This record gives sequence, structure tokens and C-alpha cells, in this order.
Amino acid sequence: MANTKIKDIEQELRIYRSRVFVAALFVLFLTGILVVRYAYLQIDRYSEYRTEAEQNRIVTEPVAPSRGLVATRDGTLIAKSRPSYLVSIIPEQVDDLEETLDELSQLFEVTEQQRARFLRRTQQSRRPHSPVNLRYELTEEEVAKVVVQQHRLVGVEVSAQSVRYYPYGELFAHTLGYVGRINESELQNLDSERYAGTSAIGKTGIEKTWEEVLMGFPGQRQVEVNARGRALRTLNTEQPTTGGELILTLDMKVQETAAAALEGRRGSAVAIDVNSGEVLALVSTPTFDPNLFVTGISHANYRALIEDLDSPMFNRAIQARYPPGSTVKPEIGLAALHYNIIDPNTTINDPGYFTLPNDEHRYRDWKREGHGSMNFYQAMAQSCDTYYYELAHEMGIDRYSEFLAHFGFGERTGIDLPQERSGILPSREWKRNARNRAWYPGDTINAGIGQGFFLATPIQLAHATSIVATRGYRYRPHLVREIHGSENRIIEPELIEYFEVDDNDWEVLHQSMKDVVHNIRGTAHLLSRNSVYEMAGKSGTAQVVGIAQGEKYDADALSERLRDHALFVSFAPYDNPQIAVAVIVENGEGGSTVAGPIAKQIMDAWLLDESGQLKQEYRNDGS
Amino acid sequence: MVRDFSRQAPRGGSASVSLARRLHIDLPLLLLLLTMAGIGLFVLYSASGQSIETVKRQATFFSIAFVAMFIVAQFKQETLMRLALPAWIFGVILLVLVEFIGVGAKGAQRWLDLPGLPQFQPSEVMKLALPIALGTWLQNRHLPPSWKDLFVAAGIILVPMLLIASQPDLGTSILIAASGFIVLLVAGLSWRFVFSCIGLLMAAGPLFWIFVLHDYQKTRILTLLDPEADRYGAGWNIIQSKIAIGSGGIDGKGYLEGTQSHLSFLPESHTDFIIAVLAEEWGLYGVLGLLTLYLLVIARGLWIGLHAQETFGRMVAASVTLTFFVYVFVNMGMVSGILPVVGVPLPLISQGGTSLVTLLAGFGLLMSISSERKRLWY
Repeated sequence: MANTKIKDIEQELRIYRSRVFVAALFVLFLTGILVVRYAYLQIDRYSEYRTEAEQNRIVTEPVAPSRGLVATRDGTLIAKSRPSYLVSIIPEQVDDLEETLDELSQLFEVTEQQRARFLRRTQQSRRPHSPVNLRYELTEEEVAKVVVQQHRLVGVEVSAQSVRYYPYGELFAHTLGYVGRINESELQNLDSERYAGTSAIGKTGIEKTWEEVLMGFPGQRQVEVNARGRALRTLNTEQPTTGGELILTLDMKVQETAAAALEGRRGSAVAIDVNSGEVLALVSTPTFDPNLFVTGISHANYRALIEDLDSPMFNRAIQARYPPGSTVKPEIGLAALHYNIIDPNTTINDPGYFTLPNDEHRYRDWKREGHGSMNFYQAMAQSCDTYYYELAHEMGIDRYSEFLAHFGFGERTGIDLPQERSGILPSREWKRNARNRAWYPGDTINAGIGQGFFLATPIQLAHATSIVATRGYRYRPHLVREIHGSENRIIEPELIEYFEVDDNDWEVLHQSMKDVVHNIRGTAHLLSRNSVYEMAGKSGTAQVVGIAQGEKYDADALSERLRDHALFVSFAPYDNPQIAVAVIVENGEGGSTVAGPIAKQIMDAWLLDESGQLKQEYRNDGS
Repeated sequence: MVRDFSRQAPRGGSASVSLARRLHIDLPLLLLLLTMAGIGLFVLYSASGQSIETVKRQATFFSIAFVAMFIVAQFKQETLMRLALPAWIFGVILLVLVEFIGVGAKGAQRWLDLPGLPQFQPSEVMKLALPIALGTWLQNRHLPPSWKDLFVAAGIILVPMLLIASQPDLGTSILIAASGFIVLLVAGLSWRFVFSCIGLLMAAGPLFWIFVLHDYQKTRILTLLDPEADRYGAGWNIIQSKIAIGSGGIDGKGYLEGTQSHLSFLPESHTDFIIAVLAEEWGLYGVLGLLTLYLLVIARGLWIGLHAQETFGRMVAASVTLTFFVYVFVNMGMVSGILPVVGVPLPLISQGGTSLVTLLAGFGLLMSISSERKRLWY
């Protein structure tokens, strides 16, 4: 081409070589940068990235421990585990949650409540890629339906879970309590590491008080996961520690007997081994099925329980406070003997009422025409109110309160159940604090027959009776006898107090309580019929509403719920006390006719062998 | 054309060397490429999650690519020069077609789906057509090029570059431009001009940022500066690849033992990010070994360029070789977090079909040049 200079090959080559030389240097320079960069990442920051790579791939998952079993003292399992199928969803793997929920609703029932709860949980903080439970307790058939559709349902998982099961259902509802799903407020107070893999926690009863033992300790599983959180293999497993197994003090036979005897009534029965404080039976009726709560109770079931007038969820044995009525006469009588207010053989005349000096008010005896002349034994056996009005009047409230406090009235017994109530032991101080009122002499008279301000729970009555039976040994009532598992422990009886009273006074008291049953005129004399052992007891009735002066009591006119409560306390065998029982039948009217036979059946269940004879170990061979 | 017959003395080489010469094969280059292809398949087996299928498919691509290389090596440079202009025009037409009937994903049209042909990226054609066209243009020019020659050369570079950039495929367009720029550089473009251009570009940077770059391209640059800003989104790839590389340490975790790639934490592990797999499993030693091989390939390429008989051969050899290095640098730089993430595969190691064919066809050009080289030294 004309306008182009002639090529100068030598010059061109010279330039080319120098340019290639520069380019080669530049290549080496850039390669050097790469080397420095990779060396920096792989040497200087090696340990940091190594850690990050490990954290990427290894996830530590908690392995939930199995909850400890619970058995009665005779070895019957009353709380164990059963498999339960549940459906959960990993929200991260689902494009449209609502759509998936709709699809699942075609396969099994998902209530609005379950759906709402599920959606709420997906919003709560949780580990990414962890499943959120949708529905529990799937039937085998429902499980099969989901499994068949599994390929279409990405992110949906069916898994088997071990859940609590109470094979005897209602029978132990008020002692065992139940477990339920951990709620938000519980979650905030929990050791989150320990409960990481666990969804249930003891809500009431032994399940709650002994949670620490029953829970066990979680293990750990190190799992290799991929970027989508899918577990590929288990690298390392540290086994969980199964929760401790509890052997209760409750006896199957005694418990069943007590429950059967109270069947269809509102009431409660508590039986205590007087020499240890071990609770042999603790019943509150009506009751409920604790299994309903384990995987979450439905609204309908819960409402039914709450709205039931008979309050089946209310644990009468430790929470219901009744006027103890005549069932505290033994303790009051003992106080009178102790303070030398009365000689057991001295008589008091009962015209049918008692009046304070300079007061018109008549404190009536339950027997309107009066008992006539009564000594200590007769007054106990026939439950003479006037005699006890007199004793209380002579004693004064201060000595009364101080003495009865030794029997545990007015304070919790300390049984290993939550929400026990303390009842009320009337005293000047109590009235001032609680009512902001001065103590009146009439208050003392009412207290003389366990009425007025006096309130006690069935467990308190059984507890007090056991102290009477052992002549002063006050053991704390308790429900757990042994713990087995990683720690093996026997729960020793806890002697709270030994209350020393002259043995002659105890002897007189016991004799009088025996007369209640075994004297022909005793209020509970019918219990002695066909009894192969001797027992001591005291009946009581407690008014639900006050009867106005002069008004005649008419059971028929009052609705059933306004009738008197029937109470009975007893211990046996008389000469070698083993068991103390307190029975309350709400609106049962007859302490000795309604509550008494129940107490007798409970004692029989514990004391008699299969042939109906007193068990060898309870016979008093010495005398 | 002048031939220095006195320098064409018969050589005392072995039979295999003379056979290679007759087949237009540069034996050292071929051995290096085969070695790297072997390493590539080896690493790919691990990176693909031990998929023998993937390795087989890639081996097939390698076979096709080596055949392509062999065919290209048979072309005489005169023939190549005659084909240069039509090839370039053909490439531009294809790129224009992409603008209208191209297919693609994520808002970029890069592929052409013509009946009777497999889907391909026309930009691949341009990777070879551009240096050939440029070399041909400068073949009979006086070098260093005059302003007028430069103006034509700029046209040859800018037309395809802008077409590719508008797809948009900024990464490829820059690489294409680089392959042309390298030609001008070795042709003797004055340093003053080069540095003026660089200075101008840097000054135009902010304008570029505001008016040219797409949002996703800006994100990539921002991610480079601070990957932690979006750890599970834009920053994920680069964070995970750095973890993969770093956790490999000096010795590496061992073949098939890389957790980052095998547990899917490392994305694109068998394509653009494959160097992270190698770095994780073979450590710094592996990285250095690979870089050494690349340098040997580049050294041989430059050696061929230095021994080329014609301007065309010198230009094309330098362009193909140095562009090859640019690929290596950009890929290894982006995976290790010193360059923004652009879709550039690691030559000879990353899985890929058409790009592999283009790459080895490029080496075919080198072999063609090598077969007509003059002997400067004995």
C-alpha cells in the first residue's frame, strides 16, 4: 500500500521482544500476587478458615433423654413412655407454607387451632432448618397416607416420638400430675441446653415436683450436614442419661380401694403410714385423664374440664380447705388433758347447749336435747359438743393454738406436691393479721368443735391423725420412696418434730378414740362390726352454710350441694398403729355413716391379707 | 516473503519429533496440555461429587477440543489470514443476531440457538476471530502502528466488544478487549499512549459506575469489598470459596476429602469455582503446582511467538498466550476474593464445552504458528 511505510523487520522484532519481555515480567508479577493471596488464605488464615469449615459442616444436635418411669411401691408402672407419630415441617424447604398446609389437610385433620399454633411457631426464633411440629398423635392410617405422598411433600416429615403415658389414667391424676408441652414462659426460665431436645415438662403433681430427677440429661449427636442442613451422617454420639425412676410410697391396692370407695362422690381420701409419713393413698374425686394433656389438650376438652361444676382438676386432698369439725376433737381433748383442765373421769353436764357468762347466745350441741352427764371418754365417743365448748372456754385460744400447731394445722405439711394450701389454725394473731379484728370469746367456743375460722385440708387431717397415732412423732408426708437410675437413693422418713405429751394423756386419748368405734354408744360403732382388728377414729360433720339460731336443719330442703360435709379420721391397728386415714365426702352428711366406712375400707386394704386376716407384721405380738 | 534458507538446516531430532513436526504438533505444548487435561478431569471428578458421568462428558469435550486443535494446527498462516476478515464479519453478524434472537437467562442474552446446531455463545467465535483479524491487519503494516492503523484496529476491537458488553456480558467483553489490546501492546503501541488510556479509564470510573454498570455488576464489586454485608446472599459464594481455600492449608485435606465442596457449601464447585476445590483438597502445594504448569504453558506460548516467522504469527501467539493468562488470573483472583466475581472459567480445569473447544482451537493456532517457525538459535 502506497501510504504505508516499508516494514522494518529488525525494528519490529526488537520492539516485539522487549514487549514480550515486559509482558512476561508482568505475568510473573501477577502470578506473584496470586501466590501471595493463596498463601495468605492458606497459611496466615488457615486456622480461622479451618474452624469455619468445621462449623459449616458439623452441627451438634441434642438427644433427648427418656423420662424416668414411675411405679407404685408394689412395682406397678403408672407412668411410662409410648411411641407417638407426629408430622413436622421444615419451613426453609417449603415454598408456600399455606399451600402445603392445605395439602396436608387433605390427608389428615388439621384444626384451625393447630394450624395457627404451627404458623406462630414458625415465626418464633429457632435454629434454621429445624422442623416445626404441626400435628401429634397421628394414627397408623394417617401416617401411611403421608408416607405415600412423601415425594410430593418436600420438607414434610413424619417422625416417631416417645411421649408420656399414664396407663392408669384418672387413678393417679392428682398425685402424678402430668407432663405437657413446654410453653413460652416456661421456655424463658429453663436451662435451654438441658431442654434443647425435649418438648415436654412436668406441669403438676409429682411430674412437676420431681422434674429435676425425672428429666434426665440430654446427650449430644454430632452430625455432618450439607449446605441445605440435611444430616448426612452421625460423627459422634454421646448417649443421654435416662431420667431417674421413681418408686412411690403409694400402694396400688390402697389407692384403688380409696378411689373406688369415693367413686361418684366429690371428696378426698388420704392414707399415711404413721411410722414414716409415706402416703399410701391420695385420692381426690372427681378426677380427669392426665393423658389428655401430654401432647396438648384440645380447647374442647379443656373447656369441659374447667367448666365442670365438680372441678375435676381441683386437687381436694391438698388444696380444698374444709372446717374440720369434730375430727379435731382428739387434739383439743389431748390439750385439755395436757393442761390439766379436765380429769378424764370428771363429768360435765350437757343440756344441749353452752352459754358464755353474761351472754344470751346459745352454742348448740348437735344433739338438741343434750347428752346429759359426760366424762372424757363418753364425750369423745358420742362427740359431745358442749363438753368441748367447755374445754375450749377453760383453755383459752392461746393455749389452744399453740398446742394444735404441733399437729401441723395452719401450715403446709410439705408433701412433695405443688400448690398445697395451708389451711387456717385460728389464733389471735391470725385474726388480727387476716381479718384485722380482735379475738372474741365466742370465737374460742366455735374453735372448740373445729368450726368458726378453722380450715384444714384432707392431707392435714391425715397428717394430724398420724401424729396422734404415734403419740407425738411428726413425719413429713411424702410420695416418693426410692429413686433408681444414675443415682440410687432411698428417701428416708423425715421426722419434723417429736411432740412430747405425758404418756398417760396419750393413753386416755387413744382409749377414747377407740370408744368412738368400739363402744356400743360410739358414733362410728357400726364400723366395729366384723372388724378383725381394733381401730381408733373420730367422725365429723362440717356445715356448708351457717344455720340460723332456732332454725331446724332440713336436709331435704337444702339442695344437695348445701348439705353438710362428712368427715372421718382414724388409725389402726389400735395397739400397733400403722395407718392413718382422713376421708372427706362433700355434702355426704354422715361423718361416721358415709365417710367412716370408706376409711375402714382403705385401712382394710392396707392391713389385711388375702384371707381377710390382719397381716402378720401388723400384729402386736408383744401384748 | 523472505526465507532464510541457511537457517533451515536439517535437524538431528528423533523420529517422533519429526513426526510431530509433520503433523504440525508442538510436542512440549501438547504434553503440557494433556497433563493439564488429566489434572482437570481428576479434579473435576472430586468437584462434581464423584460423578463419573460428568468426567466422561468432560473427557468427550476434551477429545473434541483436541481434534479441533489438531485441525486448526493444520491451517497455513496464509490461509488463516485469508479467513480472518470473513471470520470477523461472521462473528459480528452472530453477535448482532444475539441481540435480536438470542436466548439466555437472568436478563442476559448470550446464547444463540440456530437450527441444526448446538446452542453456543457467539462471543466464543470472537475470542479467536478477533486476534486473527487484528494480526492480519497488522501483518503488512509498519510497526509500531500509525494512528490511522490504530484507528482501524480500534474498530476491529470495539465493535465486538460493545456488542458483547450489551448482552450484557461485561466479563467476556473485557477479556475480548484484552486479547485485542495485547496485540496492540506487542505491536509496539507507545507506553505513553497505554498509560494515557489507563489514566483516562480510571478518571472515567465514576461515570462508568453511574451510567454503564448494571445493578448486579455493582453488587459484585461491592461484595468484593465487603462480602460479610450479605453473608447468605451475594456474599455467600465468595465467603464459602475463601473458607474452602483457607481451610485447605498448606497440605490440603486430601483428594475427595474436601468438605466445603462435597457438602455443597461451595457453589459452582465444578465450573467457575473449581480452583477452590483444588485448593481445599491439595492445599497451597496444589495451587503452586497448577500455577507452575500454567506458567510453563505461557512460557512455551511466548517462546512460539518469539520464534514466529511472520508478524501475524507473533501477534496471534502473544495474544492467545497472554489472554490465556488473563483467564487464569481473573479466575483465581475472583475465587480468592481479590477480583469481583465475573463468569470466567479456569482454563483447562473448569467443566465446560464450547469454551474448551475455543481454548484448544487457540492452542491450535499456536501450533500452526509453531510449525512454520524459523530457527533463531540452534
